[in-house]
Amino acid sequence: MSDEQPTRVSRRQVLGGAAALAGVSLAPGLFLVQAQAAGTGADSSVRWGLLVDTTRCPADCEACVDACQAENGWPTGEATEHPQWIRKMVVGTGERDGAEQALPVMCQHCADPPCVSVCPTHASFKRDDGIVLVDKHRCIGCRYCMMACPFHARSFVDAPVTAHASEGNYPRGKGTVEACTLCVHRIDRGEIPACVERCAQEGHAALVFGDLNDPDSEIRRALRERVATPLRGDLGLDPGVRYQGLS
Amino acid sequence: MAARIRYRYLGREHPFQWLAALAGAALVALGGAATGLYLITAGHHVTGMDNQVVWGLPHVFAIALILAGSGAFGIAALAPRLAGPLGHPWGRLGTAAAIALLLGGLAILLLDLGSPQRILAAVWLNPLSSFSRNIALYTAFTAIALIHLGALIEPRMRRYVGITGTLAALVALLLALNVGSIFGMLGTRPVYGGAIMMPLFLASALAYGTAAFALVWQAVLRSQGQASPPAATAWLAMALLTSVIATAALLVLHFLTLLYQPDLQEAARFLLIDGGAYPILFWIGVVAIGIITPTLLLLRRPARARGRALVGASGCVLAGGLAHLFVVIVGGQAIPLQIFPGREVTGAGFDEEAASYVPSAWEALVGLGGVGLALAILLLALRVLPLTVKHLPDEARSMHADSDPVTRSGSEAGEPAPS
Repeated sequence: MSDEQPTRVSRRQVLGGAAALAGVSLAPGLFLVQAQAAGTGADSSVRWGLLVDTTRCPADCEACVDACQAENGWPTGEATEHPQWIRKMVVGTGERDGAEQALPVMCQHCADPPCVSVCPTHASFKRDDGIVLVDKHRCIGCRYCMMACPFHARSFVDAPVTAHASEGNYPRGKGTVEACTLCVHRIDRGEIPACVERCAQEGHAALVFGDLNDPDSEIRRALRERVATPLRGDLGLDPGVRYQGLS
Repeated sequence: MAARIRYRYLGREHPFQWLAALAGAALVALGGAATGLYLITAGHHVTGMDNQVVWGLPHVFAIALILAGSGAFGIAALAPRLAGPLGHPWGRLGTAAAIALLLGGLAILLLDLGSPQRILAAVWLNPLSSFSRNIALYTAFTAIALIHLGALIEPRMRRYVGITGTLAALVALLLALNVGSIFGMLGTRPVYGGAIMMPLFLASALAYGTAAFALVWQAVLRSQGQASPPAATAWLAMALLTSVIATAALLVLHFLTLLYQPDLQEAARFLLIDGGAYPILFWIGVVAIGIITPTLLLLRRPARARGRALVGASGCVLAGGLAHLFVVIVGGQAIPLQIFPGREVTGAGFDEEAASYVPSAWEALVGLGGVGLALAILLLALRVLPLTVKHLPDEARSMHADSDPVTRSGSEAGEPAPS
């Protein structure tokens, strides 16, 4: 197999040179993005990010997890033993009434990702548009990136990938590490991540996807309107995923 | 002085004894290799490791062997300078033992990788990664060790021993520090204590390396029917005692640092008090067996000159070292990450509670396989290279002085080095 990075692989999937798609809003937080033009690398002027509005995220909803699973083909099971690209967490607010907040946690696509720093073979890498990925052809399965990730966002494929599980849109393989790709294959087609789409379809619209560098993007507008915080901001990793309503 | 030392080949006099030892070591090594291949084909789901504890028992064995190799190389390089004539005969044996220990540790690491076949193609390495730097250091270590061994054995290369010895000490130092940096530089896991891991692993490497070398040396003496020379034994015992005390001091510093930071007190409590198996391993394995027992065994000067005390202390240091690495490496991963510091969370298993890692028999076999490989390599080296001393120049009179009846038996016959 070649060592081409997923950017190029996904370009093959771009239909007919993929002209720019109009930014049609389908629901709050749901819109199409400009497709990656064939023959070009990731756009360094873009930084893809995700905004999670925890006030709109119900604790009993797993729609984003289900969508990710269906889109990327990772199996169901206990997260300690099976891959889990995205998981729902419930966090106590610390208030006396026992109030809680629910939120999805996945790869935070850090601007300064520790998984990339520690990877010995450059298998973990950050695209020019900020998406952090694992090159399956380079990953030796040392799990050092899992040790370095402060969010437990990475999983190790510790069993042969079954035919069903390999039906996802991103290559998976036994003995390698994997994590949320922000649905890079969809982004390069000009679509939004599966979790964002499903969340909107469920009527929650708790996830907003977009270009953090574009002042006119919906995610930037939302960030201007309400305070959003990164997870473990004290580590200075500048995650591309931000959380609103996280007290 | 060095020219007066006569070297010999081990195993020529008692070939069946040597062959039996080699067969035993090779069997264990092959068992480990077969298990490793099984892990690679079946996947790591057959181990006790999961997405929370990603480095388990194989890493404990691997890092112990690599640190021991690093320490043994340091002793082999420094002893001739620090101990004078007493240390000269240790150069060859220590260097060969260091290579064997390193290769044993590397074999475990390789077999524990998810996709080890890809490492052969990984020529473009990331210099920011401690792993990558280690790969460079492993290569340098092996190359320098082979050259140093050549300089020690080949008379025409003997003039370079000073240079190769300095390089050997340097690469041993760098390797031990860099292994510590694998954990110390993980900013997201403060339980590892940051930079303290580097001197801690350096002191540990000296302790494990001295202990491993002492066991090899004593075994060689015993197989040759030689007594443990008191002065040299006392020097090595003192080196072991010093490195054990240094390790203990740094260990205290490591945990005190954790205990003085409010956000890390819970992690320290987990490892020291209420973390299930980890506190038991720490207090019994690390403190009682790995630190107090060898210190007591070697505290008195007359005891340090006795081979039996050195062997006992060395065994304790290595057992305590395995316990220490298990507590630090595995225990450090078992503690849930603080994604939302100070707040109650529910989510995946690893978000809520400490991991309950139980190593599988497969992992133990891979780890022991590395030890078997190290022994097999050393036994082969002892057979084909003149590594052991026929008699010590300055302690000839002390031969057979040890009262141990086992070491008094046997023959001293052997082959001198071609030189």
